[in-house]
Amino acid sequence: MTNANPTGVTRATLAKDLRLEWRSKDAINSMLFFALLVVVIFSFSFDPTAEESRRIAGGLVWVAFLFAAVVALNQTWARELRNQVLDAYRVSPAPANSLFLAKALGNFIFVAVLEALMTPLFIVFYNLRAVGPPYQLLIVAILGTWALVVNGTFFAAISLRTRSREIMLPLLLFPISIPALLAMVEATSSILTGEFSAKFWIVLLVAYDVVFTMASLFLFELILHAE
Amino acid sequence: MPSATLEPAPGHPIVSVANLVKQFGRFAALRGVTAEFAPDRLYAILGDNGAGKTTLLRSLAGLSAPTRGTVSIMGTTNLREVCAQLGYMAHPSLLYDELSGMENLRYFARLYGIDSEQRCPEVIRAVNLDPALERSVGQYSQGMRQRLSLARALLNDPKILMLDEPFSNVDAYSAREMTHLLKSLRDQGKTIFVVTHQAALLEGVADEFVRMEAGQIVRRSRDLNLERSLEADLRG
Repeated sequence: MTNANPTGVTRATLAKDLRLEWRSKDAINSMLFFALLVVVIFSFSFDPTAEESRRIAGGLVWVAFLFAAVVALNQTWARELRNQVLDAYRVSPAPANSLFLAKALGNFIFVAVLEALMTPLFIVFYNLRAVGPPYQLLIVAILGTWALVVNGTFFAAISLRTRSREIMLPLLLFPISIPALLAMVEATSSILTGEFSAKFWIVLLVAYDVVFTMASLFLFELILHAE
Repeated sequence: MPSATLEPAPGHPIVSVANLVKQFGRFAALRGVTAEFAPDRLYAILGDNGAGKTTLLRSLAGLSAPTRGTVSIMGTTNLREVCAQLGYMAHPSLLYDELSGMENLRYFARLYGIDSEQRCPEVIRAVNLDPALERSVGQYSQGMRQRLSLARALLNDPKILMLDEPFSNVDAYSAREMTHLLKSLRDQGKTIFVVTHQAALLEGVADEFVRMEAGQIVRRSRDLNLERSLEADLRG
């Protein structure tokens, strides 16, 4: 008699994904390299003053993280396609949502590590300093990163069986991420400049995260068992 | 959550398919397969490439939704209800190359809520592999992968075992060992489906040889020699 525990399956899948990434370093290396290139190229492309930097940094930072996250999001399902391992999950009694949550949490950790490593570089290259309350930056980072990975994990699963999934993922993900991206950029800019309150944008991010997390959890079983 | 408590009614087939059709675009991989399979038997599914053997097995495992028709296992057509009772071994290994054999098995054991500390060494020994082997699966020989893949399919002690080409790339000795294992599993009361091109390995072990051609079951025979002579006659 077998009975899969959803929390246990999520934990086991997350631990397995972290172990696989630790051994291969496929996602983190590609993300870091990509994000580093963006920082360096942008810093050479224009030479803003400290005030200008604070105004544009929100956009630069989040666009860099969004593009870099796509690399990790493609990797997360690609490893399930090798040797058709996903079929072993599909024939098991383990709930689909446990797999989705584990993948989303894994991607959240990878992107968070990227952000932790890249943020000091952004601060140095663009001479950044928060005029508004700095703790809000952490809230925006957590909510914004979850917004990127929850949709990214879901749409990466949808594009999994398409022939050009590397192209398909950004085509699906970027348009639907616009409200979240707008909230992240505006909230970050407002905290860095201190010109207006970030509260509205933070609330918008919370709502976005709740809606898209629920929708993804609700629909993921269909995606997993689709042919 | 799928239930694992269903049992076939006495005297009833454990697996039955009715008018099963599976189309991929305009290509029909299965063309109206209708069959019943009794419990506690080992079925060898034979046929040329493209005959529909793998598609039939995937349909039985719930991996491939029928275009038309039904698959019923232990009296239910909702295969999620009985998935904890099924063991499936595919032609690809369904294993993570970067993990060791035990790491793979421990992970898959969690998907079934199984106590991995006891069960994983048990199944890994059953297929004649060493539980202490630290190598990643990517460094295994093809034969070792096949055996580990069989161990994965056995993890949940399934009532029905579905094996797609379990003997491919396995040396003669290991293939015989695998055959003995399948025989003992059948004797323990499991129903086993083996898709294979190496029917001779199952001579004296399989209870029935099921011949597929062009997406249909064309013949069922209890004797491999009879099956071979019929096949030879038909091919002229």
